[in-house]
Amino acid sequence: MRLLADVFFLIGAVFIFLGALGLIRMPDVYNRIQAGTKAVTLGSMAIFIGLVILFPHWWPKLFIIMGFMLLTNPVSSSAIARAFYRSGVKLWRKPAVSAQESSTKKI
Amino acid sequence: MNTADPIELTANTLIDSSLWQINTLETIALLLIALASLLCLYRLLFGPTTPDRVISADTLSVIATVMLGILAGLFQSVLYLDVAVIYGILSFVGIIALARAIEGDHS
Repeated sequence: MRLLADVFFLIGAVFIFLGALGLIRMPDVYNRIQAGTKAVTLGSMAIFIGLVILFPHWWPKLFIIMGFMLLTNPVSSSAIARAFYRSGVKLWRKPAVSAQESSTKKI
Repeated sequence: MNTADPIELTANTLIDSSLWQINTLETIALLLIALASLLCLYRLLFGPTTPDRVISADTLSVIATVMLGILAGLFQSVLYLDVAVIYGILSFVGIIALARAIEGDHS
């Protein structure tokens, strides 16, 4: 049982490390957002699953934390990416389709 | 620990009473999480632009929530899970407020 929890801890730690490495290595702000949100969220879910396996009598609070992080992490990263895009942060390359142009253009 | 007076509470007694011995896999996982937070801290300190710093602060808050859950397991105390819940809520509200503040200038 403890070995299973340790495997989950190791998977989560590897995903968190890869997310942080993507935060360093990615060329753009938006790429860094998706690296730093998705991988880190998956890694934290794995670590909390390992905590649930190790301490089964703590499951209500651990599940509350897991549900809250699953709800709020994509929302916050999406909100902040939208704020960056609307305030004019440059993309890495020129986009094929611009959301601002396509939403304001009259067809 | 067979100390004579119960008032003496050094770091050694705290470590001995924490009831949890870390094995090799957990040590590797903790080292990976520490490396990830160091990479985020690098992006936070030397980020080229302000959005990079904001994203790395977001990722660091997620990693801090995960670390509070791990500390609850290491210290065998449920109180750290409450701290993790409150920290997650506060970081989410802070990121949303920051996104509103960035977006509010241009929309």
